[in-house]
Amino acid sequence: MKLPKLSVLKEKVEPLGKVEVSPKLQEVSAFFSIVRKEFTDYILSWRIIILLAIIALTSLGSLYTAISTIKDTLSQSSDAQEIAKSSYLFLKLFTVSDGTLPPFITFVTFLGPLLGISLGFDAINSERNKGTLSRLMAQPIPRDYVLNAKFVAALLINIVLFFTLGFLVMGLGILIIGIPPSFEEFMRIIYFLILCIAYISFWLNLGILFSVQFKQAATSALSGIAVWIFFSLFYSMIINVITKGIMTSESLTSTEDYLSKQGFILNLMRLSPNYLFSESTTTLLSPSVRSLGPLTMEQTAGAVAGPLPLSQSLLLIWPQLTGLIAATLICFAISYILFMRQEIRTN
Amino acid sequence: MEEPIIELEGLTKNYDGHPAVDQLSLTIRKGEIFGLLGPNGAGKSTSILMMLGLSEPTSGMVTVCGLNSTRNPLDVKRRVGYLPDDLGFYQQMTGLENLLYTASLNGIPKKIADERAHDLLKQVGLSDAADKKTGKYSRGMKQRLGLADVLIKDPEVIILDEPTLGIDPEGVRELLHLIKQLNEQQNITVLLSSHQLHQVQQVCDRVGIFVRGKLLAEGNLDSLAKQLFFKDSYVVSVEATPISEALIEAINQLSEVNRVEHITNTKLDIYCQSDITPVIAQKMLEHSASIYHISKKNYGLDEIYHRYFEGRESIETT
Repeated sequence: MKLPKLSVLKEKVEPLGKVEVSPKLQEVSAFFSIVRKEFTDYILSWRIIILLAIIALTSLGSLYTAISTIKDTLSQSSDAQEIAKSSYLFLKLFTVSDGTLPPFITFVTFLGPLLGISLGFDAINSERNKGTLSRLMAQPIPRDYVLNAKFVAALLINIVLFFTLGFLVMGLGILIIGIPPSFEEFMRIIYFLILCIAYISFWLNLGILFSVQFKQAATSALSGIAVWIFFSLFYSMIINVITKGIMTSESLTSTEDYLSKQGFILNLMRLSPNYLFSESTTTLLSPSVRSLGPLTMEQTAGAVAGPLPLSQSLLLIWPQLTGLIAATLICFAISYILFMRQEIRTN
Repeated sequence: MEEPIIELEGLTKNYDGHPAVDQLSLTIRKGEIFGLLGPNGAGKSTSILMMLGLSEPTSGMVTVCGLNSTRNPLDVKRRVGYLPDDLGFYQQMTGLENLLYTASLNGIPKKIADERAHDLLKQVGLSDAADKKTGKYSRGMKQRLGLADVLIKDPEVIILDEPTLGIDPEGVRELLHLIKQLNEQQNITVLLSSHQLHQVQQVCDRVGIFVRGKLLAEGNLDSLAKQLFFKDSYVVSVEATPISEALIEAINQLSEVNRVEHITNTKLDIYCQSDITPVIAQKMLEHSASIYHISKKNYGLDEIYHRYFEGRESIETT
């Protein structure tokens, strides 16, 4: 059988004269084809479905404990309700718990990296191992589109997931407690969700970096999980050991000395993305947090005890946020360079 | 003679100082089937990757369809279909979905892509498996889907890297037939690499023998044989009695004959420059020898290849 030429087909389908698509536009449409395909792959893969289910369940669980704590407090006295309205009660949905389950933010700090890593760890090496990378590369698309599109698709998953979860928690919160959030509370939650996405993007990019560097998906997954466990469990232990070493009562001679050592340890802590994230979320969701470093008595003297406005809270976490984004970009840049220089062939 | 469509000029690629491809110059003309033949690790795949702009040459020039592959890889890839040797598909997608995805990457509108994908699947005999997940495809089916995948962008040139690897003989026959058919019906230039000689022999117009990054010889089978063993291109093997000294002498006298090898009492191998089987038969009769068997040993690629490597080993050991 003779195959009709593409041009003949084109005329058949578009008899009114074919529209010449510019190569640039063609490339953009190709980019979104990859994004669409990757997105579909993610939401159809068991790995992601299971993780999403776990995250959704834990957030609902923590929402439940938060709501029951808040309800208990509110029912204790009628004054409590009045106080609650003026003290950002709504934000407590994300931060308090009765001790049976950790609050929402703890879950995100803990499970977010796992989600990020699982979205990214086999981005490139699975294509390579399945032999689809060379086929993909033979199509008229720039090489970086593959990496960029995979990142964009995973980011989209994150955005959809976190906004869904955030709004779900808010909606249920309004229904059950019956107190609507103020505009500022709403904005704080939105910023919190954006922060979650930035935090997970970091882990996602770390996963992508490992997927470019390691040829085996298992190696890259294990490396990602190792980094995650290191930062969520061991890093704080190491810092504790260092603290014990340098903060002995003999070595501390003056307040300045104490402050500088405390600052040093704090900076060490801040090398961990988990710490940066928990600092920023605490600040955003608890407006009463005024500073992230140590404060002396002189500094607090005369300060009016009260919550910070949103703009001030944002200002406070600005360094943390830029630090997180910078770490994300560095991971992405390294994987980008590695990928652009890599040989396409498998062997 | 048709215009050149792939031109390589002094192409060199070094990996850690070792040349994988060394000063390769080659011209492939429009509409021909060219076979790149060589053992594993000869640099075939590397050359192909450079033609597609997927690998940067250390020096030299690659021109495909009049475009520099290193500078304009995207334009080249729009015109060239490439079937890699380690072909793979997205296993969770069906054959049809895989084809449509490739089409979308080439900017082919959905409607046209759909129609064309179905046509192609029919042509490669996968219509029934179109909605089956490619994870369940056999190796032969994958290879045929690969061919459809390469053709969906309506290429001017298709480059097939080891297309017959790991398929059963019947599958190979069908695939080669399909390639030949495409070449004849649509005037698609085909470049295929292989280390399986007799397969290449069946379909290729011209063949290039490629060893350790260098092109040793190119041309059709006859001229290849001449280039590689220009002295003893033909061997005529005769079985007859009696073989007298005078007969051998007489054959040796012929201007085309290089030498005569007396194998057994009744067997002769005659190495000559051109095909003079009838002349030899006549000489035999003149010397009243009765012929039991006379045949011309034809140098297939296998033989050429084998003889070349025999030679190489002796060079290496000395």
